[in-house]
Amino acid sequence: MLGFLIRRLLNYLVLCVVATFLSFTLSSIAFDPLSLLRQHNPPPPAATIEAKRVQLHLDQPIPQRFLTWGEGVLRGDFGQTTTDHAITEELGRRAGVSLRLFLLGVTVGILLGVLVGVASAVRQYKFTDYAATFFSYVVLATPVFVLGPLVKQVAQSINTATGSEWLQFTGEGPNDLSQLGWLEGFGERLRYLIVPTVTIALIQIAYYSRYQRSAMLDVLGSDFLRTAQAKGLTRRRAFFKHGLRTALIPMATLFAFGFGLVIVGGVFTESIFNWQGMGQWLIQGINDQDTNITATVTLFVAVCVLVSGWLSDVLYALLDPRIRV
Amino acid sequence: MSGPVTENDTPVLEVTDLAVSFPSEAGTVQAVRGLSYRVGRGEVLGIAGESGSGKSVSSLAVMGLLPPQARITGSIRFQGQQLLGLSDVQLAKIRGRRVAMVFQDPLSALTPVYTVGDQIAEALLVHGKGRISRQAAANRAVELLDLVGIPHAAQRAKAFPHEFSGGMRQRAVIAMAIANDPDLIIADEPTTALDVTVQAQVLEVLKTAQEVTGAGIVIITHDLGVVAGFADRLMVMYAGRAVETGQVAEVYQQPRMPYTLGLLGSLPRLDATEKLPLVPINGQPPSLVDLPEGCPFAPRCPMAVDACLEAEPELSAVDSAGEHHAACVRTAELAATEAAAEEIEGVDASNAAAIEAAVEVFGAEVVQAQARDLAPREQRPTVLRVDELVKHYPLNKGTVFKRRVGTVHAVDGVSFEIREGETLGLVGESGCGKTTTLMEVLGLTPPSGGAIEVLGRDVSTLDKKARRAVRRDMQVVFQDPMASLDPRMPIGDVLAEPMQVHGLDAEHIRKRIPQLLDLVGLRAEHADRYPAEFSGGQRQRIGIARALALEPKLLVLDEPVSALDVSIQAGVINLLDQLKVELGLSYLFVAHDLSVVRHIADRVAVMYLGRIVEIGTVDTVFGNPLHPYTQALLSAIPLPDPVKERQRERIILSGDLPSPADPPSGCRFRTRCFLHTTLPESDRARCVGEQPERVGHGQDHEVACHFARSKQVV
Repeated sequence: MLGFLIRRLLNYLVLCVVATFLSFTLSSIAFDPLSLLRQHNPPPPAATIEAKRVQLHLDQPIPQRFLTWGEGVLRGDFGQTTTDHAITEELGRRAGVSLRLFLLGVTVGILLGVLVGVASAVRQYKFTDYAATFFSYVVLATPVFVLGPLVKQVAQSINTATGSEWLQFTGEGPNDLSQLGWLEGFGERLRYLIVPTVTIALIQIAYYSRYQRSAMLDVLGSDFLRTAQAKGLTRRRAFFKHGLRTALIPMATLFAFGFGLVIVGGVFTESIFNWQGMGQWLIQGINDQDTNITATVTLFVAVCVLVSGWLSDVLYALLDPRIRV
Repeated sequence: MSGPVTENDTPVLEVTDLAVSFPSEAGTVQAVRGLSYRVGRGEVLGIAGESGSGKSVSSLAVMGLLPPQARITGSIRFQGQQLLGLSDVQLAKIRGRRVAMVFQDPLSALTPVYTVGDQIAEALLVHGKGRISRQAAANRAVELLDLVGIPHAAQRAKAFPHEFSGGMRQRAVIAMAIANDPDLIIADEPTTALDVTVQAQVLEVLKTAQEVTGAGIVIITHDLGVVAGFADRLMVMYAGRAVETGQVAEVYQQPRMPYTLGLLGSLPRLDATEKLPLVPINGQPPSLVDLPEGCPFAPRCPMAVDACLEAEPELSAVDSAGEHHAACVRTAELAATEAAAEEIEGVDASNAAAIEAAVEVFGAEVVQAQARDLAPREQRPTVLRVDELVKHYPLNKGTVFKRRVGTVHAVDGVSFEIREGETLGLVGESGCGKTTTLMEVLGLTPPSGGAIEVLGRDVSTLDKKARRAVRRDMQVVFQDPMASLDPRMPIGDVLAEPMQVHGLDAEHIRKRIPQLLDLVGLRAEHADRYPAEFSGGQRQRIGIARALALEPKLLVLDEPVSALDVSIQAGVINLLDQLKVELGLSYLFVAHDLSVVRHIADRVAVMYLGRIVEIGTVDTVFGNPLHPYTQALLSAIPLPDPVKERQRERIILSGDLPSPADPPSGCRFRTRCFLHTTLPESDRARCVGEQPERVGHGQDHEVACHFARSKQVV
């Protein structure tokens, strides 16, 4: 079991390197960081441009540049931006911002999604099921840049109705909470988190509830559920103890994909709510023609996706004794 | 036992006028209609019938396990208590404690994510809250596993269901059922999904379970052999109703309803010394959505008269004691036919007379296997020769760096030959390698060991074109008629496809399709219909027609009738018999049902763990089996004759088939062999050390056993 997980982890490390290399290569070929410099008026002297070129290692072949950058990454140095800022400094803050948003949204989404899916399967073709199905399809069919503003609108109405400004939907809130107490700090974070989290969670609920519903329906028709009832378990108890537990197994696989999708789609979510997270950074990196930022964000996304993949392997092994070999 | 003291004459279960219906798109399905029966204390009631007869639905109704959309009326009294109308919570207190159930498919009956021991302990804990500790329940679960014959029960209790074989899982389900010492056990086709040798083990366990608990048992089955030996009384169901009930011996000897008679006659018999005709029951069971007035069996009944179509006959007593009931207006005539048959057959305890009557009533005939003038076997050409065939599968581990960790010896030196116009039956338990052998033959690729010769051509010498030509002469019929036809293709296209592939011209194909349909007993206009419009039996006929499209010389039949109901099965077997004679075909017939093989085959090869252990003509192998495995296999098959069945001594093999990845040394059967254990030490060493080769024992009979000896088993 442990060996299996370690082997998986090693496979994932290789994948991380490959993903980052591809992204690094692609952006190195496409970007021309010196163009900004050249557009300066008056044009800088050729020596300045040449110095910048050497500073950005543009005189070296791409694999060489990747190795140099990768070596830095191993030492915890992600390099400089084209505007001479240390990426490492900003990475921590931005990663914190993004993870805070996504982890909460995804966790809430999965838990509620599973519940909605189960309710929908148990009450198949009844009102609950139809309502859940309708909700899911509407949410899945709505692009996030429409859904986000809609949620904002609802939050605005709530604020108006209660006559307060408690719900915030622009930015991630103050960076420095050191002068606030523990509880106030938590409350302050929450004010800014609620609205974007609801947006992400809604999509996650819609997504997971569909799968959970069909997994649960499969299980509801199964023989072992009938055996459990024949033993003397009530219908409800058999559903939850034998049915839900088994129907959760396929969800473990989805978890990896689902989380990956959220991170990738995070670019939109962060822009809508004006969060200074990784997604927004990626856009900035592309605008600045900055290979190091792009590669760093790619590495971050790859690590997140692969960690969630690894987590779903762990979950899978916990849920299903058949693969614990 | 605690609980209220019941009068001795209060039945454990009394079902009165039970009706179950389901809404469906086509209309209301009346699955059970006016069913009444009772089960006494410690009594075993067999319920027999074909699929769709309502036998399972009626038992699920007793358990309260039907889906919520089912409408149930009537009365179900368990020890005097009305079960119908109880809430799920009230029923849950009875289920598993006083009424237990064993289901058909042991592979899916256990929750995959909990250990077997936990699942058995759960049955105890759910009913004994506060009275039994977790530890005590776990210990009791181990005891129960031991009781149902699981070796190393304490260890195995910690295993998950997927680590158990089918037979072991069914034992675990039985352990669960008897955990709370119930008063009634309902077993729904408990052995249908199992191999015969395992079936015999499980039936034995059920008998033990009954002795231990003293429970009444309702055993539901489509196999009249299983009930013959086990049940006290029998109820035959058709179209949602009981059509005949009575003491087992009486129903088998004097069936008073043509349907029961037909069912008995449609079974191929293992104990037949000459080839008896198989009674096919024409037509299909009626749709339960809109049943016609009158007797539902009338459209298929050879004895039907106008009175049968007017009103559905009630179940009424046909003997003076009032124990034997049948729902038929012509029971008196049936009795007369049987009496006449008895005069010919002579009155004895067996049910030969009833079979004779069935043959007469249904007008069945023996399909003459020798209608064509066939030369003696040795002079006929060989159509298929398999010589020392070997097929090993590597067992690999790892995804990136694959390494071989073992070998599955699926087929390990199999030799046989089939001559023109001959049927070879290949039999054995699942996992013995019979399907692998068949796939190797069909593949027409050079085998990993040994040689295959089809119509005199060694397959290893074939190039692509020659292989295609050989394929034309060798066709296959698959097991599952539901899955083997493309649902999006009309039957005409299904039949035309092989001919198009082999480049026959359109005109020929157009003419050939009606011929083919006619050949298998279907009508030419069926060509435009889709597979979904046909029943299982008809689809298998289509499968046979497809195989015959190219006029092959050899048909490979992979369990062609095992998915069909008995009454339908008889018709397909008769068809195969007839086609063989008319078209001069040769068959390689793979089956696990030895009765069917005895009926249809000329020669039989018994396989065990990748090797043939006994081969010869059906009469010698079945009449005088010499290999202990063949003897055990034959002895495990229940006979549909209560008197004979109860007199037989049964050889129960212990355990399951060993893994083909690690076969025992020497004789592969020795680990389960009953003979081996009785041998002196020196002889036993020979079984362990030396693999027995096939040795001739008289005319066309070879046995691979060092100590082959005769034993009466049927």
